[in-house]
Amino acid sequence: MSFEPAIALNRFGLGARPDDKSPTDAQAWLRRQIDIYEPRPTLIAEQPDTATLATKLGAVRAPEDRKAEATLRRETYRNAVEARVLHAVATDTPFAERLVQFWANHFAISAEKGVVTAFVGSFEAEAIRPHVMGRFEDMLLAVEHHPAMIYFLDQTRSVGPGSESAVRRAQTKGKRDLGLNENLAREILELHTLGVRSGYTQADVTEFARALTGWSINVPGAGDYKTDVPPGGFIFRQNLHEPWPRTIMGRTYMQSGEMAATAVLRDLAVAPQTANHIATKLARHFAGDEPPQSLIDRLAAAFKSSKGDLPTLYRVLIDAPECWAARPVKFKTPYEWTISALRGTGRTTFQKFSATNFLRELGQPLWEPGSPAGWDDTAARWAAPDALLRRVEAAGRLERYFPNKLDPRELAPKLLARSLSDGTRMAIEGADTRITGMTLLLVSPEFQRR
Amino acid sequence: MNKLDRRKFLSLAAATSTLAFAPRIAFAAAAETDRRFIFIIQRGAADGLEIAPPVGDPDYARIRPALAHDAADVIKLDATFGLHASLVETAQMYQAGEVLLAHAIASPYRDRSHFDGQNVMECGGTAPYSLRDGWMNRLAGLLPKTRTPPTAFAPTVPMALRGSQRVTSYAPSKLPGAKDDLLGRVALLYQYDPQLQSLWASALEARGLAGEDASDKASITIGKLAATFMKKADGPRLAMIETNGWDTHNQQKARSERLLSGLDAMLASLRDNLGPVWAQTTVLVATEFGRTAAANGTGGTDHGTASLALLAGGAVKGGRMIADWPGLAPKALYENRDLKPTNGLDALIAGAAAESFALDPVRVTATLFPDGLKTKPMSGLIRV
Repeated sequence: MSFEPAIALNRFGLGARPDDKSPTDAQAWLRRQIDIYEPRPTLIAEQPDTATLATKLGAVRAPEDRKAEATLRRETYRNAVEARVLHAVATDTPFAERLVQFWANHFAISAEKGVVTAFVGSFEAEAIRPHVMGRFEDMLLAVEHHPAMIYFLDQTRSVGPGSESAVRRAQTKGKRDLGLNENLAREILELHTLGVRSGYTQADVTEFARALTGWSINVPGAGDYKTDVPPGGFIFRQNLHEPWPRTIMGRTYMQSGEMAATAVLRDLAVAPQTANHIATKLARHFAGDEPPQSLIDRLAAAFKSSKGDLPTLYRVLIDAPECWAARPVKFKTPYEWTISALRGTGRTTFQKFSATNFLRELGQPLWEPGSPAGWDDTAARWAAPDALLRRVEAAGRLERYFPNKLDPRELAPKLLARSLSDGTRMAIEGADTRITGMTLLLVSPEFQRR
Repeated sequence: MNKLDRRKFLSLAAATSTLAFAPRIAFAAAAETDRRFIFIIQRGAADGLEIAPPVGDPDYARIRPALAHDAADVIKLDATFGLHASLVETAQMYQAGEVLLAHAIASPYRDRSHFDGQNVMECGGTAPYSLRDGWMNRLAGLLPKTRTPPTAFAPTVPMALRGSQRVTSYAPSKLPGAKDDLLGRVALLYQYDPQLQSLWASALEARGLAGEDASDKASITIGKLAATFMKKADGPRLAMIETNGWDTHNQQKARSERLLSGLDAMLASLRDNLGPVWAQTTVLVATEFGRTAAANGTGGTDHGTASLALLAGGAVKGGRMIADWPGLAPKALYENRDLKPTNGLDALIAGAAAESFALDPVRVTATLFPDGLKTKPMSGLIRV
């Protein structure tokens, strides 16, 4: 028996399920998921889209509705979390779903910020999922045009100092208080595309911020609400836009209006630094916290030659011996551990189980990394004493209050296949209760890693 | 202290059992019963030699020198047996004739897997997974229905209570003894993983969990909870309480003190909170199997065979030990390692259940243990 089926299921996938057939051709099983990937799975499609949510929230904008608005945000968030987790637990294309998680974390927005709470789910459904098996450039454009990102990184507040609005305000009111907000421009360069310290300067950030002025949201109830654009949709406000031309990273952009920043984004999407940045993150996710340079190089080359065709990169990962090391290469994040525990114990419905609360207690509330950098993808962030204790307590709680009828002695070899160690096998066989045995399985060294 | 010849007691009891109860059978099923029956399960294989150490047995100190108690350190019961010093309240009940001990007792199961052993003990079969429901559930079928059905004071319904009869469960927030035991098991699980081992040690230190002693409090709470339900006129007549952590492969001395102190507190809590209903109550305490007669290399004992069961309650004809004591001499041990079973746990349960509810012991035995008993059900256990 080789390690490959277990690696395909647990390292590339989201964890084996009790009834999973071990894939006979692990690579073929993974490649096939690229082809049969469903960008709008039922559970996700059932959640409200951005336009629906914007309309609902627009209806509770008055100060006296504050409580109703907060409730609506929270409930929307909870429903989206439960749907995302349940889909991850149920999906037959777990490698593809892992990639959704990877990209959602790469283009992270964070739910604790104001109205973003309500839109984390629709953002992923509309800007990430449709492009996971497409081109990086298309995902980048969808993400930066999405109102959740525009709001999260303060783009609606950014006004060109030489824009029509700023000039008029200076003339009529004598005030020069409207200006740039660089947040979105900086994070696009630092986090979404080129990567930190990859050669861009503060001048590039400022110029890009000027190019982005006018990118905004069609807010229901606002004075300039446009009826021909979906509620909460992207709009370009010409009156806030800093006139062209712009020079970024040595290249001059003569486009006007919305197209200026779009042209910059298209160039960033295929820049060699972007290729390296994405290659490094993908390699880290599948080949270990300190990924081998050989793999990063091959991924970067594939990114460049394919102009950011993502399935081309995934095929490099699937074919890379670096990703198939027999020893576990990653310590699972709380989210990964939770999903693999739920899959491993054959859950198909949640009943009273709240994934939202469970993840929060484990220290990784979904879509709430607290920073546009997303969750850290290294063991140093997650393998901590208290976190470990919480996992042990959570595993026990999961088994006690959300019981199943599985025998941990039979389940362990099914889930861990060849990676099941004698020590863990004996600990489970020696457990005094089924619950203890299940708990030990879920917190075993080989189950905590992938 | 009762000095009854144990062998004689057993044979006498067996001979008189059927006759003594024959006249009551006809009325049993129709009448509402005031009796209560509580099963406290000790999951993990509790060590009978720790609960009631045979300090008078000449081989006792020899076979487990590291774990043996001095005769002076236990609560003396008779020339052979003492009770563990943590069982203060239990000893008082014993003196008051409310606790009956049954030593060298085992279910028909003769292997050493916890899961399988618990399945046999809870289902009432003779082999693991030979029956699909639990003996307590089948016992419920012989009793008149109450408004609150048989209740497990546990997060889920244990196997012994599962089956076609309606039952319920009521979860306390903490299970007594579970925490210590699980933390120890996780430490063992991580012993060859440098990263996790060191994290785990730091975690326990930081939370001050090493040596935490919360078992008494949790035990008192659960005893009170169960008593509150059971003393109601329309409350459950059958209940089950789970205790965990009896699998003392290491640190048996310290862990036994906590475990038995918890059990003692739970029994006292049931007695005190049941009030007058205590007189109508039978509490069965039993485990899936016993532990090795000798100590192992880590200050504990490994999975064995015979252990000890006890009946407590105002309804119990207690103050005595039932034991056909096999002794701990090398030749007397089961498979050269374990206390040899000379009493059947199924015979004790069948007898205690039948007498508690004044049911025909033959019918009770056939219902609870459909695969049959090797001996007759015990009798003379409960006041009628």
